[in-house]
Amino acid sequence: MKNQVFMLVFTLLVFQPLLFAQSKGMVSIKGSRYIPLYGRDSTVVEVNNFEIDIYPVTNADYVNFVKKYPRWQKSKVIKLFADASYLSNWKSDLELKDSEKPDSPVTYISWFAAKDYCECQGKRLPTVDEWEYVAMSDETTKDARNKASYNQQILAWYEAPRSNENKIGQHQKNVWGVHDLHGLVWEWTLDFNSVLITGESRKDVDKDSNLFCGSAALNATDLMNYAAFMRYAIRGSLKAKYSMKNLGFRCVKDINDKINENL
Amino acid sequence: MKTYKYLFLMLFAIFALQSCNSNKKTNENIDLAYQCPMQCENGKTYREPGSCPICKMDLEPLTQISKNVLSDDISEESIFNLTSQWHTEEGNVIELKDLKGKTLVMVMIYTSCKAACPRLVSDIRNIEAVIPDEKLKNIQFVFVSIDPETDTSERLKAFAKENYMDEEQWTFLQGTKSGVREFANVLSVKYKEISPIDFSHSNIISVFNAQGELKYQQEGLGVDNAGTVASILDVTP
Repeated sequence: MKNQVFMLVFTLLVFQPLLFAQSKGMVSIKGSRYIPLYGRDSTVVEVNNFEIDIYPVTNADYVNFVKKYPRWQKSKVIKLFADASYLSNWKSDLELKDSEKPDSPVTYISWFAAKDYCECQGKRLPTVDEWEYVAMSDETTKDARNKASYNQQILAWYEAPRSNENKIGQHQKNVWGVHDLHGLVWEWTLDFNSVLITGESRKDVDKDSNLFCGSAALNATDLMNYAAFMRYAIRGSLKAKYSMKNLGFRCVKDINDKINENL
Repeated sequence: MKTYKYLFLMLFAIFALQSCNSNKKTNENIDLAYQCPMQCENGKTYREPGSCPICKMDLEPLTQISKNVLSDDISEESIFNLTSQWHTEEGNVIELKDLKGKTLVMVMIYTSCKAACPRLVSDIRNIEAVIPDEKLKNIQFVFVSIDPETDTSERLKAFAKENYMDEEQWTFLQGTKSGVREFANVLSVKYKEISPIDFSHSNIISVFNAQGELKYQQEGLGVDNAGTVASILDVTP
């Protein structure tokens, strides 16, 4: 008996530093340089170390949030920050419709709402570059983008209907220990409005120099990455007050306490 | 028994320490400036409210733009719901709602831009040139920098002088990175830093009425500005 207690104390002592190093429900991501589909002029971008939520924010999480911050309740949210479909799968200010599961990812969320949610937890939304950096891994490799299986899996999900109604955590976690970046919902990013494509193919080919200053500098690097193309195209077509059925979010946190500076 | 006590203490310590981890909120604490309404000290500003040492009148919070306040209520769609703080080219700190009461013509630029921004600026000047004088006093033209790190108050002031836009009706704003991102999203302006000194950005001129509601947007460079001018005249008394 005494021995067991001793063992327990011992293990706690060993793992104690880990508890402090990592926030609850998040994993650490070691930053690096990589080439995203749309980079800067040098095409390589640099991602600093950060922590990311293991799962997307769920309906249950969001219920707790609006209880604490009534300004984001369905009936109280102002039109500047959310369109009419905001939380349209909720039956009242604090209740989901009966058909919705508490542990499904929250959707019908605007960018303003997602941003404030993260800030209220002392976190922030991930940048496009950070999100893509974590999402380019599969179960075994940090950069799985040239594996056929990686692309097939994502595209198979893009074809599957109503995936936003599934529960979180059903897919295999990736090599970082993060679940559901692909397979459930699209996710908001902090600087989604940095994607300078209009969605109209003729305009984009023409690099609409009238609408966008300097757009000729921005070209795609990997024309085979069709799934990533779709993600960037969606980001390019979003407005911050849109709330969509298959668009949720998760939060990240800077490791060296530089909130807001890392955008 | 002693070991149990020890164990509980340990657990307690872990929880107590862990709980301090959450709920950190960043505060961008910028104070308003205060000034004597009689300008006794040639525009000297104070960090805190109080009274003027010369004429003893109460100091007033500084806003550069006169407020012809029409009504106190702002609607849900008004940009005055944004609470971010901005530095003007005169070095004052304001919120967007301090601009309430005038028609706002807003555009996002950055001063080191060599390509589209000079053309955007000239588009705005063309618009300003055709507005009759009696309307002009109820209009504020606001340039918001998408490069808040480079475009300080001083730099914006210099830019204003260079472009002969140093009069009352021109305002230049420097925000915070997150404030600028939020504001751009309200305007549906897209931008991306492509190198430390260069940005790509959409060329959009937005017209807001005196209550801060978006009325019209002109997209593109050198386009026909008749629609923009008409909408400005329409919302300006």
